[in-house]
Amino acid sequence: MLSYLFKRIYSLIPVLFVVSVAIFLIVHITPGDPAAIILGMEATEEQIASLNEEMGLNEPIVKQYLLWVGGVLQGDFGQSYFMKEPVLDSILSHLGPTISLAILAEIVALIIAIPIGIFAAYRRGSFTDHALMVATLLGMAVPSFLLGLLLMLSFGVYLQWLPIAGYKPLTEGLWTHLRYLILPALSLGAIQAALVARMTRSSMLEVLNKNYVKTARSKGVKEHKVITKHALRNAFLPILTVIGQSFGTLVTGAVVVETIFNLPGLGQLIINSIERRDFSVIQGVVLFVTLIYVFINLIVDLLYGVIDPRVRLERK
Amino acid sequence: MEKRPLLEVKNLKTHFHTERGQITAVDGITFHLNEGEIVGVVGESGCGKSVMSQSIMRLYDEKYTAKYEGEILFQGENLLNLSKAMMQKIRGNDLSMIFQDPLSSLNPVYTIGDQIRESLMIHQNLNKREAQQKAIEMLRLTGIPAPEKRINEYPHQLSGGMQQRVMIAIALSCQPKLLIADEPTTALDVTIQAQILDLIAELNAQLGMGVIFITHDLGVVAEICTRVMVMYLGQIVEETDTDCLFSEPLHPYTRGLIKSIPQLEGERLQKLYTIDGTVPSLQKVPHGCRFASRCPYADELCKEQAPELEAYSPTQKVRCWHYKEILKKEAVHESSNE
Ligand SMILES: Nc1ncnc2c1ncn2[C@@H]1O[C@H](COP(=O)(O)OP(=O)(O)O)[C@@H](O)[C@H]1O
Ligand code: SF4
Ligand SMILES: [Mg+2]
Repeated sequence: MLSYLFKRIYSLIPVLFVVSVAIFLIVHITPGDPAAIILGMEATEEQIASLNEEMGLNEPIVKQYLLWVGGVLQGDFGQSYFMKEPVLDSILSHLGPTISLAILAEIVALIIAIPIGIFAAYRRGSFTDHALMVATLLGMAVPSFLLGLLLMLSFGVYLQWLPIAGYKPLTEGLWTHLRYLILPALSLGAIQAALVARMTRSSMLEVLNKNYVKTARSKGVKEHKVITKHALRNAFLPILTVIGQSFGTLVTGAVVVETIFNLPGLGQLIINSIERRDFSVIQGVVLFVTLIYVFINLIVDLLYGVIDPRVRLERK
Repeated sequence: MEKRPLLEVKNLKTHFHTERGQITAVDGITFHLNEGEIVGVVGESGCGKSVMSQSIMRLYDEKYTAKYEGEILFQGENLLNLSKAMMQKIRGNDLSMIFQDPLSSLNPVYTIGDQIRESLMIHQNLNKREAQQKAIEMLRLTGIPAPEKRINEYPHQLSGGMQQRVMIAIALSCQPKLLIADEPTTALDVTIQAQILDLIAELNAQLGMGVIFITHDLGVVAEICTRVMVMYLGQIVEETDTDCLFSEPLHPYTRGLIKSIPQLEGERLQKLYTIDGTVPSLQKVPHGCRFASRCPYADELCKEQAPELEAYSPTQKVRCWHYKEILKKEAVHESSNE
C-alpha cells in the first residue's frame, strides 16, 4: 500500500510542473498591460514603467517563472498589488465558502444519487427505472443558474424558509452556516447528482451480471446483501472516479452560483481579479485550485487501493 | 421399500423474455438423481446445460428475465413452489453450485476466507471465529496447502486450480445433499483438470452428496459418472448408463459426440471427427427433430415430426425415430469391417 502511495505521489510531479508552466504562460500572454490597467486612464508612461519594474514584470520571463514557483514551493504565492496583501491570504479568506459549498453539494448529490442509481439498476427496464433516468436527464439539462434562481424564488422569496443570498461563516454556528448554503448547494449538486446516479446505475448493471454475483446468490445470500455487499463494492470504482471529478468541478466551477447567491468564494475572487488584471492573484488562485484538484484525485486513487485489493496488491 | 430419488425434475421448461420475444432454452427436461450418485450432462455449448442447472437453483430473476414451468422435486418438495426466503435457505446449504470460470466466480474484493465464512454464517449460525475454523478445515479438505495463510488471500493471488478448490470449499462448506458442477474443469489445464475431477469424486464418496456434473467432455464423463444425459437444444436426446453410452450409443448426436473424442492412434493424434453444422438458434427451433439439419439419417418424417424420448431398455432412453434401424445398420457395417 505504501509503495502504491509513493508511486501515485511521484507521478504527480511532472503533472504539476506542466500545469504551473501553463498557468503562468496563459496569465502572462493574455493581452493587456497589468500596470496600465491597475493605474487607470490617467497614468503617465513613467508611472506605468516604474510599476512594471516594481512588480518584476520587466525581468526575463523564465526568471519571473522561477521566482514565482520558488516562492510557491515555500508557501509564498506572491503579493496582490491591488489588495495590498499576500495572495495566499486572499485565497484562504475566500476558501471557506467554496469548500463548504462544494462539500455540502457533494453530500446532497451522493445522498440522492447513489440510492437512485442502485434502485434503477435493480429494477432495470421497469417504469421506475425509466422515470428516474428521465429525471436525471432533466437534472443534467437544467443549468445551475436557472435552478438557483428557481430555488431562490420558491424557498427564499415565496416560502421564506431560507435566506435568499449571502454567507455566514461556520464560526456563527453550524445551522446558520448551513442555512445560507442549502439553496446554492442544491443548485450546484443537482447536475452532479444526475451524473453520479447515471454512473451508479450503469456500473451496477454491469456488476449485477458478473459471475460472482451469481455465486453469491447460489450461496443463499439475501438479495439486499447481494446488492450492498457483493455488487456495490465492485461497482464503486467507476462511481468513485465520477465523484472525484464532480468534487473537482464543484470547487472550480461554482463561479456562477457564487455570484447568484453572493457567496464570497474563490469564484468571486477570481472574477474580480481578472477584471483588475491582478495577475498574481489570478495565477495564485488557479494554481491553488489545481492543487486541490490534484489532491482530490490522489485521494480517489488511494480509495481505489482501499476498495480493490487488485490495485493494492501485486500479483505474486 | 423403494428409495426416493434425491432430485426429480419433471418436464422442466425455462423461458427467457428477450427483446426479440420469448425463447425456451430448456424445453421439457425430465430426469432423476439418487442420493450419492454422479450424473453427467453432456452436449455442445449452447445446448442449455447451464440454463438447466441454474434453473434447478432458481438463479434467474423471475420478474424480468425468466419463467419456469414443470416441477423440481428436491427431497420430495417442489422447489418451484417455494418462497424466495425458503429458496435462500436451501441454496448454499442443501443445494450448491460451482461454475466454469473460478476467477470470475469469486468476488475479487473479498478474501477467500470472507467468502467461505459467508455461507457458514448464513446457514449454520456460526460466529466469525467458528466459521473461520470451519473455513480452514474446508480449505484443507479441498487440498489447499497452508490454509491458515491462504485464507487471508484474495482470489487473484491464487492459481486457477486453487481458485476452483476454493469454489468447491465454498460450495461444500455446509455439506449440501446435491452439488451442481457446471463445467468445473473446462477453464483449467489438463493436469489440474484431473486433480479437480479426483477431488470431486473423492468428496462425493466421502460426503455422500449427489452430483450433477456438466461437461462437454465425454472423457470426463467416463471417468466419474454413473449415468449420463445427452442434451441437444434444450432437450434430453439420450439418457443412459455410462457403460452403454460408449458400447451402445443410440442417438446419432451421441454417436457423433463419441466419434469426436480425440483418440491416440500409435503416436499420432487421429484426425478429429466433427459433427457438421451448428446448433440452431433458439429463435427458430425446428418443428421436427431438432437434430435433423445435422443428422446423416434424417428423412421426411424427421423434418416434420418431433420424436419423443422413448425407453429402449430400463436404463436407456432415446429421442430418435430411426435409432433401431441405425443400430442394425451400424452393427452390419461394423461386422463387415472386420
Ligand atoms: N439470460 C438469458 N437470456 C436469454 N437467453 C439465454 C440466457 N441465458 C442463456 N440463454 C440462451 O440459452 C441457450 C443455452 O445456453 P447455456 O445453457 O449457457 O448453454 P450451455 O451451458 O449448454 O453451453 C443459449 O442459446 C443462450 O443464448
Ligand atoms: S429423428 Fe431423424 S433426424 Fe432426428 S436424430 Fe433421429 S434420425 Fe436423426
Ligand atoms: Mg454452460
